[in-house]
Amino acid sequence: MDTMISFLSENGMDLLVKTWEHLYISLAAAGLGVIVAVPLGIALTRIKRIAGFIMGILSIIQTIPSFAILVLFIPILGIGKVPAIVALFIYSLLPILRNTYIGISGVSNNLLEVGKGMGMTNWERIVQVELPLAVPVIMAGIRLSTVYLIGWATLASYIGAGGLGDYIFSGLNLYQTEFILAGAIPVTILALLTDLLLGKVEDWVTPTGMKKLKVNA
Amino acid sequence: MLKFDHVSKVYKGGKHAVSDLNMEFEKGEFIVFIGPSGCGKTTTMKMINRLIEPTEGSIYVDGEDIMKVDPVELRRKIGYVIQQIGLFPHMTIEQNISLVLKLLKWPEEKRRERAKELLTLVDMTPDYLERYPHELSGGQQQRIGVLRALAADQSLILMDEPFGALDPITRDSLQEEFKKLQRKLNKTIVFVTHDMDEALKLADRIVIMRDGKIVQFDTPDEILRNPADEFVEEFIGQERLVQARPNIQTVEQIMNLAPVTVMGDQTLSAAIKLMKERRVDTLLVINEDQVLQGYIDVEMIDQKRTKVNLVSEVMERKMLKMETGTLVKDTIRKFLNRAIKYVPVVDENERLVGIVTRANLVDVVYDSIWGDEEITS
Ligand SMILES: Nc1ncnc2c1ncn2[C@@H]1O[C@H](COP(=O)(O)OP(=O)(O)OP(=O)(O)O)[C@@H](O)[C@H]1O
Ligand SMILES: [Mg+2]
Repeated sequence: MDTMISFLSENGMDLLVKTWEHLYISLAAAGLGVIVAVPLGIALTRIKRIAGFIMGILSIIQTIPSFAILVLFIPILGIGKVPAIVALFIYSLLPILRNTYIGISGVSNNLLEVGKGMGMTNWERIVQVELPLAVPVIMAGIRLSTVYLIGWATLASYIGAGGLGDYIFSGLNLYQTEFILAGAIPVTILALLTDLLLGKVEDWVTPTGMKKLKVNA
Repeated sequence: MLKFDHVSKVYKGGKHAVSDLNMEFEKGEFIVFIGPSGCGKTTTMKMINRLIEPTEGSIYVDGEDIMKVDPVELRRKIGYVIQQIGLFPHMTIEQNISLVLKLLKWPEEKRRERAKELLTLVDMTPDYLERYPHELSGGQQQRIGVLRALAADQSLILMDEPFGALDPITRDSLQEEFKKLQRKLNKTIVFVTHDMDEALKLADRIVIMRDGKIVQFDTPDEILRNPADEFVEEFIGQERLVQARPNIQTVEQIMNLAPVTVMGDQTLSAAIKLMKERRVDTLLVINEDQVLQGYIDVEMIDQKRTKVNLVSEVMERKMLKMETGTLVKDTIRKFLNRAIKYVPVVDENERLVGIVTRANLVDVVYDSIWGDEEITS
């Protein structure tokens, strides 16, 4: 306990900075992931024939150890925050893409046909029918992805991106438990808080009619 | 209003869903498509709003070839109701009803106004506007489904088995309600069903289909009277054909051919004698050309017997009569409504040819209700 307090008094400011870096890397990657994977997921539902193929490729990428991917980007993007964000972004893709695809594919054909039959354009159908109906599934993907990224962002410290990983790695190198804990505990808290927050966001973007549907079911 | 001109549809894979359809519907007509599963009803209907495009031939709505119209525009002008109701679960009832209006960029105020107005058509209160589809019963949901198709005052409405998923009682009341609504709003309706009762109840004209072809296209009465072939007969069902008998019989088929008559110049005592002999209380009065003059009954004779002695001086000239060719179903109504005991039947020259009595009608009703059982048992 004493060591904790002395650690905080010595490194308190630094801890805040690193936490912020950590959050920044993870959220930037997740944000990019959403921007790319959601439209891509929707697009894939229009071309189901190649959807399996693309998701297959992403699954394979997903199995490459995170560490390897991080290192892989050094020759191209060098070291620092940018390659870290890019690498994590690639990891975020699959869960978001897959959930978007599943969510949108899960919208009943019937409703789509009604929409079309009533004279909705493709775009109107995506915005007014498919996305609102798929939002719970898509949000689940985004939540999962973001929480994972917060964990993986620890590794980013290896390529000089900073973040809470710095503590963990120096703790491991110097055999200093308080440093390991100073990294691991905030990461866990960050992950939990983010999940909670995104849960709220999910609730907020889910159409009212569907929330009631869930309660009843 | 709506015209099919040599329309065929061949699906990818070579399935001939419908072949060479030719038909024309009038404005305000209620058209019902009926036929066994897979005969091409849905295909035919969806070609109208271009959810499916014909392989050959043309379809005209209000004289315009639909292939030359933008499909989105076309669909916004045609109401569309499907079997599974298909309300959007994430939208309120108001949003569901006014969806097409939103697509047509109506201002919010007017949409709300219209949604309210439509709800009153089906006797639902405005507080339903804020609710969500799953909070409504199946029947209410389908009412909303119908309203949604009426919102932009579309003059043509397509309905694919809209009441198929409802329980029989709800279905029945919705059918009635809808038929009334259609008469009031004067919409052209194309309605798919495989329920013959529904078709007979709703349709102005029925299109009976089989294997992608039209077998018969006619009014319900005409189809019952003259089924085109055995397939149609079987499809209508023996039961309905028997039931339909009183509808299609004319009075001369059931009337009594030998009414008891007197001539106007006969004496009252002769008339009384005749009544006694034939055990009747009324006599029809005719002249030498068989032309119906009037009638006399016991009471009339009783009152005047002492003062006059010829039938023509006593008889009542004002009386109800029917011409040959009158349908029995109309007769039944008259009998029941006015508590009449008999009606003479005359030909176009007012000559008496027979008489229909309550007893005749009882026979008909009896036949149509139990006649079939007698044959089978
Ligand atoms: N997309 C499609 N591709 C290939 N064949 C199809 C397609 N849609 C329908 N068919 C076939 O075309 C025929 C007519 O189908 P349609 O859906 O019009 O029948 P229907 O009369 O509406 O039947 P039901 O009463 O079962 O709804 C059927 O044999 C069906 O299998
Ligand atoms: Mg069908």
